[in-house]
Amino acid sequence: MKALRRFLDKIKPNFEPGGKFAPLQSVFEGFESFLFVPATTSKSGVHIHDSIDSKRTMTVVIIALLPALLFGMYNVGYQHYLAIGELATTSFWTIFLYGFLAVLPKILVSYIVGLGIEFIGAQLRHHEIQEGFLVSGMLIPMIVPIDTPLWMIAIATAFAVIFAKEVFGGTGMNIFNVALVTRAFLFFAYPSKMSGDNVFVRTGDTFGLGAGNVVDGFSGATPLGQVATNVGDELVLRNIVGEPLSTLDYFIGLIPGSIGETSTLAILIGAVILLVTGIASWRIIFSVFAGGLLTAWVCTLVDPSVYAAALLSPIDQVCLGGFAFAAVFMATDPVTAARTKTGKYIYGFLVGAMAIIIRVFNTGYPEGAMLAVLFMNAFAPLIDHYVVEANIKRRMKRVNNTK
Amino acid sequence: MKNKEILLGPLSKNNPVIVQVLGICSALAVTSKLEPSFVMAISVIAVVALANVIISLLRNTIPNSIRIIVQLVVVAALVIIVDQVLKAFAYDVSKQLSVFVGLIITNCIVMGRLEAFALSHGPWESFLDGVGNGVGYGLILIIVGFFRELLGSGTLFGFQVIPQIFYDWGYQNNGLMILPPMALIVVACIIWVHRSYNKDLQEK
Repeated sequence: MKALRRFLDKIKPNFEPGGKFAPLQSVFEGFESFLFVPATTSKSGVHIHDSIDSKRTMTVVIIALLPALLFGMYNVGYQHYLAIGELATTSFWTIFLYGFLAVLPKILVSYIVGLGIEFIGAQLRHHEIQEGFLVSGMLIPMIVPIDTPLWMIAIATAFAVIFAKEVFGGTGMNIFNVALVTRAFLFFAYPSKMSGDNVFVRTGDTFGLGAGNVVDGFSGATPLGQVATNVGDELVLRNIVGEPLSTLDYFIGLIPGSIGETSTLAILIGAVILLVTGIASWRIIFSVFAGGLLTAWVCTLVDPSVYAAALLSPIDQVCLGGFAFAAVFMATDPVTAARTKTGKYIYGFLVGAMAIIIRVFNTGYPEGAMLAVLFMNAFAPLIDHYVVEANIKRRMKRVNNTK
Repeated sequence: MKNKEILLGPLSKNNPVIVQVLGICSALAVTSKLEPSFVMAISVIAVVALANVIISLLRNTIPNSIRIIVQLVVVAALVIIVDQVLKAFAYDVSKQLSVFVGLIITNCIVMGRLEAFALSHGPWESFLDGVGNGVGYGLILIIVGFFRELLGSGTLFGFQVIPQIFYDWGYQNNGLMILPPMALIVVACIIWVHRSYNKDLQEK
């Protein structure tokens, strides 16, 4: 650590105005403050600083994402070897390596494109580099299907960083969650690569690893995809080779789906990390699940021959699809969520309710979590506004009464 | 010199779409393909120019209290003529444009020019102003239509321009470009580029 600090101090003058690499100052500053907490403090007024700044916050979120990411990598390999019928004869590490090699390019593309735009933007405007993309860049590869082409992810990431973030003023100023805008762009621009039966399980090889032919009876439909196309009063969800699935399978997550969002278990480990460190709001996570469970229970009362998702139990509903991932990592984004305490309950509850409503009643969209969070992002400032107004009104009344 | 200003001003510095931000609804609705954008542009040029001339000729006889009604009657008559001509000579495009030809009547640019210009200027200036504003509007429509059709369908005027080999390599048309939100974003990008060239238009 000391050696690193000394090295940075040594090369620092090169990046200061007048130095050799002065135009790259913001890049240097970005890396330096990523590695070390900046030594600068505010010089005027009274400020109380938490020891944790936004770069450290981001790092904790990345750590919280790791269980879901690693599980997602394993699951990509697991689904692949299950599809080609070689699961029993393949070692754990081969399965993981396959998934790792399949997911890694997506992470790289997302970071290179997103950070590239941030760096160029900061450089052009002589700003400091903002850290907001650290988490977005990790979220983006986790919420896309494994077979979404890299160039699509690159375009969508560029679109989201420029139009959902930079034009609003950069990190902390965006109205919509950047990672979800990326996904929404992909979803509407290239629907055939973002939904359906052919993108959630990679059947081909990855860098020459895991070549083989799919077994008979293979179907790449996700559980929610099967729900959306279900006909009749019976609903039996199956995995990709036709074996029936149980609630425990949905919870553990060895099912086809977007890379990081299948395992509710891994996501809950991440949630514990976020809650223990105090990064995410328990109010939002709690109320998203409450809203989802309650709405799912109400939805079990509708006619299942018209809306097949009515056959799912509330627990199944919150374990399947991207619901848990959205509740823990998307809805809690401190920039786009509501900020008042009461507002957080309302915001979270409506995210959960909306996600299930879209899922059940709009058969065109098998999954509604993404749209629900984006929709509520737009309403978060309104919720906050009325919570604050109500508070002012109540206190004004108290003041007037005592007069 | 003054007439030249009237004609050319609306093309850039005083563009009705990207500076005054009028006529946005139709810019979103008809620009998913280049051909309807083009036809819409010509229709609006014809309606604005002729309506301007007619109102300018009548301007001294219209009682002030009912001028909006008179303007509406003139514009509505012209729109119906344009609609009938399109149905007769370009039936396919007219079907694509559907209600939006009829809705030229509510296009803010038309009424705006009548109110702001034709009521106080002679017929020749009014004609130039109408043509200028119509062309300024049409220009934006065609630029938006160009990008939306190229990226959304891979065609221009219905002809394939993105080579088949790109599709074989895995290229796909961007479905979002066909949807209305993308028209807003393309218009926003045009405004962005335009303002960065014309610094005097930038708001503080």
